[in-house]
Amino acid sequence: MAIISQAEAKKILDKVLSFSKADEMSVSLSGGRTSNIRYALNSVSSGGEADNMSLLITAGIGKRMGSATINQFDDKAIERTVRRAEEIARLAPENSEYMPMVGPQNYLETPMYSENTARMDSEYRAQVAFDSVDACEQKNLSAAGFMQDTTGFSAIANSKGLFGYNKATSVDFSVTVRTADATGSGYVTRDFNDISKLKTRSVTGIAMQKALASTNARALEPGKYTVILEPTAMSTLLQSMMSGMDTRLADEGRSFLSKKGGGTRLGEKLLDERVTIYSDPMNLEAPSEPFASEGRNRTGSFLGGGGVGDGRPQEKLTWFEKGVVKNMSYSRFWADQKGVKATPPPTGFIMAGGDQSLADLIKSTDKGILVTRLWYVRMVDPKTLLQTGLTRDGTFYIENGQIKFPIKNFRFNESAVIVLNNVEALGAPIRVGGNLIPPVKARDFTFTSLSDAV
Amino acid sequence: MNRRDFTQTLGVGAAGLFLPKIPALARTVTAEELLEPGLDVAVKKRLADAGLHAATAKGATYADVRIGRYLNQYVMTREDKVQNIINTESFGVGVRVIANGCWGFAAIGDTQSEEEVARTAEKAVAFAKAHSRLMKKPVQLAPQKGFGEVSWKTKVEKNSFEVPVKEKVDLLLSANAAAMQNGANFVNNVLFMINEQKYFASTDGSYIDQDVHRIWPNFTVTAVDKASGLIATRDSLSAPMGRSYDYLQTAPPDRLTGVTTRYNQGYDMLEDATAAAKQARMKLKAKSVEAGKWDLVLDPSHIYLTIHESVGHATELDRVLGYEANLAGTSFATIDKWKSKNFNYGSKEVNFFADKTQPGSLGDVGWDDEGVKTKKWDIIKDGILVNYQAIRDQVHMLGETESQGCCYADSWSTVQFQRMANISLAPGKERLTVDEMIKDVKKGIYIIGDGSYSIDQQRYNFQFGGQLFYEIKDGQIVGMLRDVAYQSNTQEFWNSCVKVCDERDYRLGGTFFDGKGQPAQINSVSHGSSTARFNGVNVLNTGRKI
Repeated sequence: MAIISQAEAKKILDKVLSFSKADEMSVSLSGGRTSNIRYALNSVSSGGEADNMSLLITAGIGKRMGSATINQFDDKAIERTVRRAEEIARLAPENSEYMPMVGPQNYLETPMYSENTARMDSEYRAQVAFDSVDACEQKNLSAAGFMQDTTGFSAIANSKGLFGYNKATSVDFSVTVRTADATGSGYVTRDFNDISKLKTRSVTGIAMQKALASTNARALEPGKYTVILEPTAMSTLLQSMMSGMDTRLADEGRSFLSKKGGGTRLGEKLLDERVTIYSDPMNLEAPSEPFASEGRNRTGSFLGGGGVGDGRPQEKLTWFEKGVVKNMSYSRFWADQKGVKATPPPTGFIMAGGDQSLADLIKSTDKGILVTRLWYVRMVDPKTLLQTGLTRDGTFYIENGQIKFPIKNFRFNESAVIVLNNVEALGAPIRVGGNLIPPVKARDFTFTSLSDAV
Repeated sequence: MNRRDFTQTLGVGAAGLFLPKIPALARTVTAEELLEPGLDVAVKKRLADAGLHAATAKGATYADVRIGRYLNQYVMTREDKVQNIINTESFGVGVRVIANGCWGFAAIGDTQSEEEVARTAEKAVAFAKAHSRLMKKPVQLAPQKGFGEVSWKTKVEKNSFEVPVKEKVDLLLSANAAAMQNGANFVNNVLFMINEQKYFASTDGSYIDQDVHRIWPNFTVTAVDKASGLIATRDSLSAPMGRSYDYLQTAPPDRLTGVTTRYNQGYDMLEDATAAAKQARMKLKAKSVEAGKWDLVLDPSHIYLTIHESVGHATELDRVLGYEANLAGTSFATIDKWKSKNFNYGSKEVNFFADKTQPGSLGDVGWDDEGVKTKKWDIIKDGILVNYQAIRDQVHMLGETESQGCCYADSWSTVQFQRMANISLAPGKERLTVDEMIKDVKKGIYIIGDGSYSIDQQRYNFQFGGQLFYEIKDGQIVGMLRDVAYQSNTQEFWNSCVKVCDERDYRLGGTFFDGKGQPAQINSVSHGSSTARFNGVNVLNTGRKI
């Protein structure tokens, strides 16, 4: 398995830097193992494993930069790659937005690693899949699922004395359960750092219940409805919003955070006052990378050899506080131009919620629609964050605090900004895709057409 | 140093400026390394045989070995700056086996060791055996004859990797300058170039060496009106092609003039960037569309995406059967509809064919990734669903004994599975030009270029945007519209198709990034069509304020 200790990583990175003849040099080393098992129609369909370790070297000469990567670690190979990075830097055009590399930083020791996950083998993986399939077979339901686990590390260093190391594990599981007559479908997804928290038999039960309850769906007229977006659904809308926090884009007039006439909407109240969104790499339920990451994310592969950002540390930071735009991210160049702190974009985010359960939110709803999952969500207008997509795998009509009947899926055209302005209630957050997200009840959600898809 | 000097320097062989985002398992290399020939075919055969022998020795009843060398170059610019130039190479070996009736797969990077390939094959067998406890029925593989030692290559007139980087940077920066001079506030430009060198060997007795080239010049021009807060973008009207740098050499027949110039076998980036900037400015002042029923006239640069989503994916047999249910979804085009032989997928004007041999298309190869010779077949004939896309472990479910050859993996490190073939709308049989088609439209919208796109998990309800929207009134184009998207469902939409222009208007569109599978893989695929007309489609207005 291609995971090495902090001391071993530092030894390799120090060796790389010792070969440098460039004005500046940064190095990132990442590696690990990614394994998966996939099943459909209650039968395994594919599975496999890959591991790798890769080194990315970036040389800075004047205002020129060059990078090269390698996955061999003997002295000769490393030195050859250092020379290649330097050669490329000399040949590159000057970068007018070049920023000198950062010096030593203090990084958080984030709780992303679990030995339970690192020890997992193919027999365990097969059992995890079996538990999900077996639960479905007993009820004459059909399961299609996927589990991927990763165990890896990343380390960074540069010629100005910066060094950082992080190791992490992750497990992502999802299953779609369909009825034998294909008229009902349910879905659930869970992700953790520690595999022991994943109980596929009981989690699959949620998707089974939704599949059975969603048969014989009725058609409702498209229009504006109060919705309860489960965390899996809300997550999809929030991703686009949180990946659009960049100040330069807003300054250029190209973002939902651009102010009419110029400038940004920093400090403006943009969302309902119950909406607070922050990032916290040390969160025990959803920890995230200690340094700004470009090469991968928590649920992705460690195999890429991609860079791990420019060394800026991640720290707890509030992006929206009581609906007000509290912070925006800056590239180091843009921050320098503006004379402000160069805040990196978050690698994970947490939306604060309430204490209410999903059942509580349903109970407090006179008329509304419960949405399990959104599908094929695409940006229609980045300026207003208008997105389109569909509900999927469990959509239900609520009346007088109870789920009355399953309904056919809808296409929506809506903006996360509008949804978060129309908040009626927030539930208790759960982890989805590495983020913590509450179920959100919001009024006037725009459904524009019906879908017959199950 | 002036810009020309920068780019001359670049031409010597730059790679990886700034911190590149490198594709999984690829390494950055110099531009010169993209021209190195790679392993000799005799060495590949030895490695492949080592894998095949090891797999069968451990009990595999079938095995294939793919040795892949994947070369990419991306040149990225923004306004007057080179943002990034990345050259990558990814080399490795993937082994797929059937053991205990179950698939198993393992891969290893950067090796020329027969022992390591053999160990990887053994690992694949071990995976298959471990997972076979979850196998309901053993894999049933359609028989396939061995082809012996054969090869195939994309027709290349000018290899992209032989063109100096300087020349590419000059072209991109010139296009950016043209856009800026014609009203753009921002312009981003990317030139993607790909070479897949793939060697396939199987226990059927095939040793297939293929050299596949693809190219995609692509830009986005943005115009901003700060006073109103509006922005408008216009993406390039290029198509990604199964071609090389010769795609950027335009001959007069490659340009189709009209309300805007569209492109066929050659693409003029400077001309298109100039037009894009002017049109982005015009879009800022265009009339916001009135929602309601409109007749749509759809250019091939737009409709390829509607074809991709509503016909291409819907007729993939693995989806129809349920193998993609957890992510990509299933399909409304179920087996019973196909068996009925009378399911009206579209009107009588609608004929779709799959073709993995169409020259210049992204899916054009000699053999697929499980050693099946590629071919052409009908999917929809005179509006009726007549066939699917299937691979070796599926065709028996259709009562057939021969695969259609559409198995593909996006890397040596990923397992091959069913991916979309080029699916295209056949040209109309009667002579009809675009102008003649527009003349008959009373209230319509002529849409050019692809925009936002979304379709449900059974490929039924969809919504599409576009790049350019022209209002048609009483047979005349009267101005530009904005905030346009149309919604329909697949069957209604294709049944509303009343006319398709003839073969003189036939062009390819396509994508490099068709996603599917878990873990997700990408696939490059083209879709051909002539301009087509659809009556009474539901158009909505996407304008919003926040």
